Amino acid sequence: MAFESGDKAKAYWSENLRLMLILLAIWFVVSFGFGILLVEPLNAIRMGGFKLGFWFAQQGSIYVFVILIFVYVALMNKLDKKYGVSEE
Amino acid sequence: MDIKLLTYIMVGSTFAMYIGIAIWARAGSTKEFYIAGGGVHPVANGMATAADWMSAASFISMAGIISFVGYDGSVYLMGWTGGYVLLALCLAPYLRKFGKFTVPDFIGDRYYSQLARRVAVICAIFVSFTYIAGQMRGVGVVFSRFLEVEIWLGVVIGMCVVFFYAVLGGMKGITYTQVAQFCVLIFAYTVPAVFISMMMTGNPVPQLGFGDTLAADNSVYLLDKLDGLTKELGFNEYTSGKKSTIDVFFITAALMVGTAGLPHVIVRFFTVPKVRDARKSAGWALLFIALLYTTAPAVSTFARVNMINTINGEDAAGTDYAKAPSWIKNWEKTGLIEWDDKNQDGKMFYAGDDRNEMKIDRDIIVLANPEIADLPAWVIALVAAGGIAAALSTSAGLLLVISTSISHDLLKRDLAPDISDKQELFYARTAAAVAIVFAGYWGINPPDYVAAVVAFAFGLAAASFFPAIILGIFTKSMNREGAVSGMIVGIVFTISYIVYFKIVNPELNSADNWWFGISPEGIGTLGMLLNLAVALVVCKMTPATPAHVQELVESIRFPKGSGDASHH
Repeated sequence: MAFESGDKAKAYWSENLRLMLILLAIWFVVSFGFGILLVEPLNAIRMGGFKLGFWFAQQGSIYVFVILIFVYVALMNKLDKKYGVSEE
Repeated sequence: MDIKLLTYIMVGSTFAMYIGIAIWARAGSTKEFYIAGGGVHPVANGMATAADWMSAASFISMAGIISFVGYDGSVYLMGWTGGYVLLALCLAPYLRKFGKFTVPDFIGDRYYSQLARRVAVICAIFVSFTYIAGQMRGVGVVFSRFLEVEIWLGVVIGMCVVFFYAVLGGMKGITYTQVAQFCVLIFAYTVPAVFISMMMTGNPVPQLGFGDTLAADNSVYLLDKLDGLTKELGFNEYTSGKKSTIDVFFITAALMVGTAGLPHVIVRFFTVPKVRDARKSAGWALLFIALLYTTAPAVSTFARVNMINTINGEDAAGTDYAKAPSWIKNWEKTGLIEWDDKNQDGKMFYAGDDRNEMKIDRDIIVLANPEIADLPAWVIALVAAGGIAAALSTSAGLLLVISTSISHDLLKRDLAPDISDKQELFYARTAAAVAIVFAGYWGINPPDYVAAVVAFAFGLAAASFFPAIILGIFTKSMNREGAVSGMIVGIVFTISYIVYFKIVNPELNSADNWWFGISPEGIGTLGMLLNLAVALVVCKMTPATPAHVQELVESIRFPKGSGDASHH
């Protein structure tokens, strides 16, 4: 057992899940939300030559995806350290 | 220098480089052959993953499709990138901690079942074969246009090069070759995009350029002009789609989940030294993929405007065929552009209604783009080398999955557990060689339903692997009976739906006949939901998971003690 106690293991896992679900919620909102379900109302808003919904579908969502993964990496490394389960 | 000679030089020198790298990075053991010895740096692995992922479809076809359909093409952009978020957050770190070589390894061990392993092996092989046929075809198209050889000869040359470095180098050779291929393909993709963006909008960044105003007229935005042109010519407006919202939703989801479930993508995360690196590596991979995927919609927009303007003329009255630019005549030779002078006026006209006289294959958009925009010959040669790099890198990764599935999952872990490391390596190489021959055959004689086959690959990956892996990591209680029945229901449902609409009754393949308006491309999402539902119900009614498997699940949930990937 790598954790000091079973409680710690549970706490680590639930913090991990919470982080994952928050990031997945953002993932869903920018792609399925802004890029698909809300694309028409958002297209009424303009950002330079782009209609906003179209921009999220073809550009914005991808940028957010990249950022999400790097945020996840940073926060998980911190979490691993906090619970003493990182790799050396 | 003429284009042909330049292309020979460009393609020839990249081939020499790939082969050189392969010789430098030969594989000596099964571990090097399957997972490159497990010591690949995350950034290098990210580039290799990106090259592995970005296939002939991404490089050659995707921008073309988007160019023709506009907003609806967003399903590919979001679907083929968003899957990496799922991979990074829900799969990669845990599978790396699990520490085996393949996806069937995980399914077989986690569900303590040879049946589950076999189902996974069959899916892995099927998915990879459907994919690889398209890659070889891509190599053939590039060769036949730019080097003016027959398609079959192009395919054979491509086969020989892949054979050489995949069979010799295994995952180690493939990984380092893919790093080089990534550099070639991304350079080849972005250079013409920057040129064209400068010409059309004066903005050197294509991602910003296609939202900018025209260089020729500062008061008009490029996308607005394109929306106007497309509406006038009887197409759908470029920035709004034709597909229903539910279909766009389901296709995007199927592509995302399918991406995260594709065995040749997942296996990349077994090649890094640590769990931490698996997470980071997914981030780098997506960053490198995003370079191409955010450029693609810009290329699509530029190409559509350019194409309409060169064919119809600035005054939209049509261009005399006698004065047609050389790219039209070059591509007519390959049969990918056709002109039928319906109104006998000697002028070409391109439209979405019955005024149309042109048949233009989507696949030529990226390849012809530099010619359409009149860019220098070396850029055109570069694009040819890039297209070939994209097709080769993906083929190699797929070949490896096929050979691993046979030598490792089917023989070593199932039918012939007593073979030595050396014998296993021999079988792996033999399987790769046989697979190349099959792939080449399909590249020369492509099945009539190549597009249908792609829907298959993603649909199957989404409906089979993804739920089984997710349940295997995030629930301890999911048992053998639940997972196997879920996978089988998911696969059977998805295959039946696709076969029914794409092969048995293609004439019924329209929104009125689809369930809930979901096209065969998006049905994998429903298959995945069915898989989950069946698995959860069956699991409740059957015996609990054994204690050692529960411990296994417990142990993959944190990084410490990951160690090397190994046989047992």
